[in-house]
Amino acid sequence: MVDVMHGVPEPRPAAETEDVELYHPHSWITKYVFSQDAKVIAIQYSLTALAIGLVALVLSWLMRLQLGFPGLVSFIDPERYYQLITMHGMIMVIYLLTALFLGGFGNYLIPLMLGARDMVFPYVNMLSYWIYLLAVLVLVSGFLVPGGAAGAGWTLYPPQAILANTPGQQWGIIVLLVSLILFIIGFTMGGLNYVVTVLQGRARGMTLMRMPLTIWGIFTATVMALLAFPALFVAAVMMLLDRLLGTSFFMPAIIAMGEPLAYKGGSPILFQHLFWFFGHPEVYIVALPAFGIVSDLISTHARKNIFGYRMMVWALIAIGALSFVVWAHHMYVSGMYPAFGFFFATTTLIIAIPTAIKVYNWVLTLWQGDIHLTVPMLFALGFIVTFVNGGLTGLFLGNVVVDVPLSDTMFVVAHFHMVMGVAPILVIFGAIYHWYPKVTGRMLHDGLGKLHFWVTFLGAYAIFFPMHYIGLMGVPRRYHEIGGIALVPPSAATLNEFITVAALIVGTAQLVFLFNLVWSLGHGQPAGGNPWRATTLEWQTPHTPPAHGNWGETLPVVYRWPYDYSVPGAAEDFLPQNQPPVPRTG
Amino acid sequence: MGVALIFIVIVAAFSGWWLSRQRLTAKPWLEVGVIGDAPEPASPMTAKLGLGTFLVVASSLFALLVSAYAMRMSVADWRALRMPTVLWFSTGLLILASIALHMAVIAARSDEPGPLRSSLLAAGVCSLAFLSTQALAWRELANSGHFTASNPASAFFYLVTAIHGAHVLGGLAALCRTSVKAFATPKNLVPTIPRELTLSVELCAIYWHFLLLVWLVLFSLLMRWTDDFIEICRGLLT
Repeated sequence: MVDVMHGVPEPRPAAETEDVELYHPHSWITKYVFSQDAKVIAIQYSLTALAIGLVALVLSWLMRLQLGFPGLVSFIDPERYYQLITMHGMIMVIYLLTALFLGGFGNYLIPLMLGARDMVFPYVNMLSYWIYLLAVLVLVSGFLVPGGAAGAGWTLYPPQAILANTPGQQWGIIVLLVSLILFIIGFTMGGLNYVVTVLQGRARGMTLMRMPLTIWGIFTATVMALLAFPALFVAAVMMLLDRLLGTSFFMPAIIAMGEPLAYKGGSPILFQHLFWFFGHPEVYIVALPAFGIVSDLISTHARKNIFGYRMMVWALIAIGALSFVVWAHHMYVSGMYPAFGFFFATTTLIIAIPTAIKVYNWVLTLWQGDIHLTVPMLFALGFIVTFVNGGLTGLFLGNVVVDVPLSDTMFVVAHFHMVMGVAPILVIFGAIYHWYPKVTGRMLHDGLGKLHFWVTFLGAYAIFFPMHYIGLMGVPRRYHEIGGIALVPPSAATLNEFITVAALIVGTAQLVFLFNLVWSLGHGQPAGGNPWRATTLEWQTPHTPPAHGNWGETLPVVYRWPYDYSVPGAAEDFLPQNQPPVPRTG
Repeated sequence: MGVALIFIVIVAAFSGWWLSRQRLTAKPWLEVGVIGDAPEPASPMTAKLGLGTFLVVASSLFALLVSAYAMRMSVADWRALRMPTVLWFSTGLLILASIALHMAVIAARSDEPGPLRSSLLAAGVCSLAFLSTQALAWRELANSGHFTASNPASAFFYLVTAIHGAHVLGGLAALCRTSVKAFATPKNLVPTIPRELTLSVELCAIYWHFLLLVWLVLFSLLMRWTDDFIEICRGLLT
């Protein structure tokens, strides 16, 4: 490793750029409730997302109970079962994963990692959270309205979604669509902040190519989300009009119970296009921040610079761009033009290239690293394995001929839970264990963390690995009860019982995590400013937890990239980004 | 979805161009020291970038609407509507509003509070008149028996005009705030027009030009001048 000096690195402690005028809260309410401080907003986002995620976890328990032990809980009739799958999927994908990665980690890390005092539009940022909270409350109200929550499946395909006799057709679907519209408005407000802060809020010396990969991941994902969410917005508004005003955007002429309905001339396929134009980028909106965070976790806890930083950045951008031209691989069985399928299968498989580059680079970062098996590192390693697993089954499903027989089987459920359920959740846990010391000033309990990791990681495999086999047997998804179908052998029922037991155990293990979060707040070991001896700026703040304005009197100045670990000849095994170079003598 | 794809290609091309100027081929592990210029969070550029990003989001929304419209048009049972003539007036009014805001920017930059106030007022009045003529168009269609649910073409007409109108309304809220600031500024200031006010006027003007551009696209779509173009887009994908 050679130090190449650019110009004269004269020590300039004070930032030369004009400092922003900070908003100063005057009361408890404006400091902790209606706060404009990105760190407080981040915590609000995270706690709300975790709370609604717990609701979705309980819903998945109920589903699993029905699948493993049909009829055991009499409360779960077919209608309720549909409501459970719909709400579980919707909450997990949008209200938990998207909100937590971008609203939670984005808000906390963007200003701190870039050396900014706050987001560039703090007021809009605050509105973003409150609209998100409103969206969550409206969503939850779905459980209380007459007819119950929406039960159309999380993809909400018309015409079935708004036809009479679909569970939740009365009010549930309306409430859900309104909640989605609110979420998108709230997200757009936050997203504008994340993008413009990355562009305009960086400290002196923090070039784009010196940003930690976490920020690259969050930035790329936000840009994608800003372009993709409008598709869901349009689809939600049009479906709402179909349901409320009787328009026929998505509703074809239908004869129900022998009576022709008032709808005519709509196109259900149009909805599928709009939905998946949002839906596929959504997978990467969740995955890219996870990619970024995991890169930083691995580099820090293996005390080694990330392998192929430039490639990592380019791969993030390439994945982001490609993910906009693959949406129709969700629609192979919709009867589309065959050449379409060929085009979309090709683009889908091409995404494997930048993704594989990332996986190789993580593995090569670990190679000969000084690996510390801390809890964040365990979760990061768990992510790599799980993501590779889920990615490989993606190659199956990306091919039209393989996808057609597997479509709508439990194989698909197992695939997407591995790749965009378990894998990103592992990163979220790893990230919480990593940054909790900065947020609270105390470490999470290590033993409890390891227990949480092993039960969650092995348990997730016990749940989803056998599910692939159930899918290959031909067991369809979304069925309330399999019953006596000839093609499904009795062993599938036994396997389902096993999966259910595993799911109950994994769910319970999350209580250990929650207990750890609360207990460590008061009893965790004091962490100090930089417990992981990391290089990035958020660990170099004068106060832990960082005070309002983050940096005290002067903004930090950045002298180096974020991965200077184990630099030969350096006194410490890490060089913080804001550490000035020592002019060489002789 | 051809139109949406074309939009994505344009955004990708622009992003690619922008990224190509960001030294993405630098080798950061070899560079030590302070490099590059720091962006300035407090500069007017930040607000303009914020608005610009929002306009990209709004463009994505409209591109998808147009895409949905084009997809529905291609189905055999599509019955085109006779568009109300009043739409021509509304188009003219929105053009006037855009021109008025352009004049307001010129007035603000050359520090003339009088013309600034009158241009802002004119823009506000024209925009309100635009919304009223759109409402008239709705009434004309409804009177001729085309309600939201009566056929796909009318449903789309109500939808696109309503979403565009909602964006005009949002803009009017910002224009209102700017005008209040312009009228509340005391006359004895030097310079008479503070920098923040000029920035607000500029942002309003950019937004109105965008609204006009979107409306012209939607208008030509509704008037069926773009049918050939849509045919070409469809040809791209099949």
